[in-house]
Amino acid sequence: MAFLSVRDLKVHFPTVDGIVKATDGLSFDLEKGKTLGIVGESGSGKSVSSSAILGLHRKTSAMVSGEILLDGTDLLKLSDEQMRRRRGKDVAMIFQDPLSAMHPYYTVGNQVAEAYRVHHNVSKKVAKARAVEMLDRVGIPQPDRRVDDYPHQFSGGMRQRAMIAMGLINNPSLLIADEPTTALDVTVQAQILDLLQDLQKEFESAVIIITHDLGVIAEMADDVLVMYAGRAVEYGSGNEILTHPEMPYTWGLLSSVPDVTGDTEARLIPIPGNPPSLLNPPSGCAFHPRCAHRDKVPGDLCVTTLPELAPGTRTETHLKRCHLANPDVVYEQEILPEIAPELVEEKQA
Amino acid sequence: MNNKRGDDKLTPLPATANFLPQDDPISRTEDPVDQDEIDFVAPIEGHAASVADPNAKPILEVRDLKMYFPVKSSGIIRRTIGHVQAVDGVSFQVPEGGALGLVGESGCGKSTTGRMVTRLYEPTSGTITFDGRDISRISTRQLKPLRREVQMIFQDPYTSLNPRHSVGAIIGAPLAIHKVLPRNKILPRVQELLEIVGLNPEHYNRYPHEFSGGQRQRIGIARALTLQPKLLVADEPVSALDVSIQAQVINLLQDVQREFNIAFVFVAHDLAVVRHFCPEIAVMYLGKIVEIADRDTLYNRPNHPYTQALLSAVPDVKQAAIGGRRERIRLEGDVPSPINPPSGCRFRTRCPIAQEICARVEPPLLQIGKRHKVACHFAGELGHHPDRPVTAPLLGVDDTGAPDPGATPTTMAGNEPGYSDTWYDLERKTMASA
Repeated sequence: MAFLSVRDLKVHFPTVDGIVKATDGLSFDLEKGKTLGIVGESGSGKSVSSSAILGLHRKTSAMVSGEILLDGTDLLKLSDEQMRRRRGKDVAMIFQDPLSAMHPYYTVGNQVAEAYRVHHNVSKKVAKARAVEMLDRVGIPQPDRRVDDYPHQFSGGMRQRAMIAMGLINNPSLLIADEPTTALDVTVQAQILDLLQDLQKEFESAVIIITHDLGVIAEMADDVLVMYAGRAVEYGSGNEILTHPEMPYTWGLLSSVPDVTGDTEARLIPIPGNPPSLLNPPSGCAFHPRCAHRDKVPGDLCVTTLPELAPGTRTETHLKRCHLANPDVVYEQEILPEIAPELVEEKQA
Repeated sequence: MNNKRGDDKLTPLPATANFLPQDDPISRTEDPVDQDEIDFVAPIEGHAASVADPNAKPILEVRDLKMYFPVKSSGIIRRTIGHVQAVDGVSFQVPEGGALGLVGESGCGKSTTGRMVTRLYEPTSGTITFDGRDISRISTRQLKPLRREVQMIFQDPYTSLNPRHSVGAIIGAPLAIHKVLPRNKILPRVQELLEIVGLNPEHYNRYPHEFSGGQRQRIGIARALTLQPKLLVADEPVSALDVSIQAQVINLLQDVQREFNIAFVFVAHDLAVVRHFCPEIAVMYLGKIVEIADRDTLYNRPNHPYTQALLSAVPDVKQAAIGGRRERIRLEGDVPSPINPPSGCRFRTRCPIAQEICARVEPPLLQIGKRHKVACHFAGELGHHPDRPVTAPLLGVDDTGAPDPGATPTTMAGNEPGYSDTWYDLERKTMASA
């Protein structure tokens, strides 16, 4: 059994207009020391799913079902008190916007040390020393001095480092990073990604990294889960998914971002339309209203039937949720020449 | 997005000009309100990167532009105790119908530059020549006609549209203010504009909150297009949008650029988006242009260590997919404060190849190719930076930056807008020409 095993996770929010199915049947596995990248647009359910792992949804406002097995224990069966003891110790989270995730009235050191004191019965002095050690570890210069600074005195990159220090101070076995670099400049993003990789090696943590940036996924993730409208639509090893994607939504993501190397002849093909409403998602495959390939599927299958998340044409572990019978051929012949003409030429030569 | 482009250029706006491409409106499928309307989407033709017209005349010329914001002391008497040197001597040209990208990290002055071009800020010094006229000092009254020619697209579509005005009022406002059309002609024109940017023309009486982020950005673009400007300053126009929507908006901007021959100053931190949109790109660091070149040169053969570091830091999905990650150049620390920038070269505190001269002498923006300028004492391609400063003999200093009495400084026309026909050849260490 995998270290983290999520089975059929559902997070539904009842509202006056109906039930919002933010996550609808999500399953994945993650081993220690490995990184899972979850990609998707806003509203695809990636953040909601990870908050469920931390038990951050109020029982009064969200209906969470399924299984979240961390090292064999089902986190969803724990009481609030039991979950509180694990949160921050076994499972920790790094939030997207460190300025709003940190308390402006407390010093950085105070907040980092608090994360330690909650789970360890130590004096303030010991906890502070530990906080300084951690700030040093994440590369904050003069940590013994900066520990008494307030969050506004830190730059964006340093705040994100402090957030990481806070997340890792208890050596959590599972770290969830929700868009950890979205608010940062590229050079600082590179520093933070390097830091995360180094720390992961050192602590052997399992990491879930949530992002909409496929570039970050390409650099960080061992496994990739592509989410659309609350469901996984493609799941497999990072290399597989980035080199041989088999789901039209993943193709759309890949062809709608320009890159800095590649051929300038490459076309930028947007995905038409908008992400669907989760209150009233489209019938059948949720992506069908925006899909340019649905006429390749006989009949009305895409509109009427939700495809299973099943192995595609390549390997048993590369799963896709799509009715297309020959996605590998379509990708090679139709998508690749548009988004990476240089690759096709290389192959022909 | 199948509309015709390029071949039917527009005449300047007659009162009821119908400048809609007649064959097919840009995809009108984006609508959270009427999800059911999305029934079938035809395959969309993508857009390749924009290309530059080498013979186009410059429509905008910026020369030695500076913007210093005063820093006041606290207390009752608020004295000026320093200046934030947000932009410090920037020069460039934008050709008619062309696009110049301004990139750099936050705080490098790229947005401030964009705002000076639209005269939302009055520059501290320097000139902005638009269409042959210096607009850097003109009065508010004289600015009004200028607003018809120069417009801006803002970053955040949630805060740049007045929530209490209907879309029709937002897009029609410029027409009413400039008295371009009689009142009863405004609505048809608004609907035409909505159609150009791919929104349903029937939605003119809706309010901004009824639209998604991508749609709001389209409204912002429609508003900017209303008066048929010749120059658009786009300040991070796609960075607040979802990835799949970003491509839609970039393609729309390319469409309107080709359709109406609009020049763009495109401010963004996303190097990939800028590469796609702009044939020419300037990299800024702490208020200065450190490297400016055409697209291929800048992305394939950057000569400034900062450009090299920036490019190496961009996670690249296709690169990773082909196999192998590129080696990143780690830049330590953060951008220094623009209130008290480092002496000499402003990048030297984070530069992996900085030497003594870099702290003493500021490197001039030196033209080193046909369309390539760089401000570095050790300019060279990655891994081939020279051991001795290339600029020392030109500046009349020795290798450490101390004045060299034996040398004669050469005057280089580096920080001029545009490019000259001759340049300094780094290999042969002499002047060269095409």
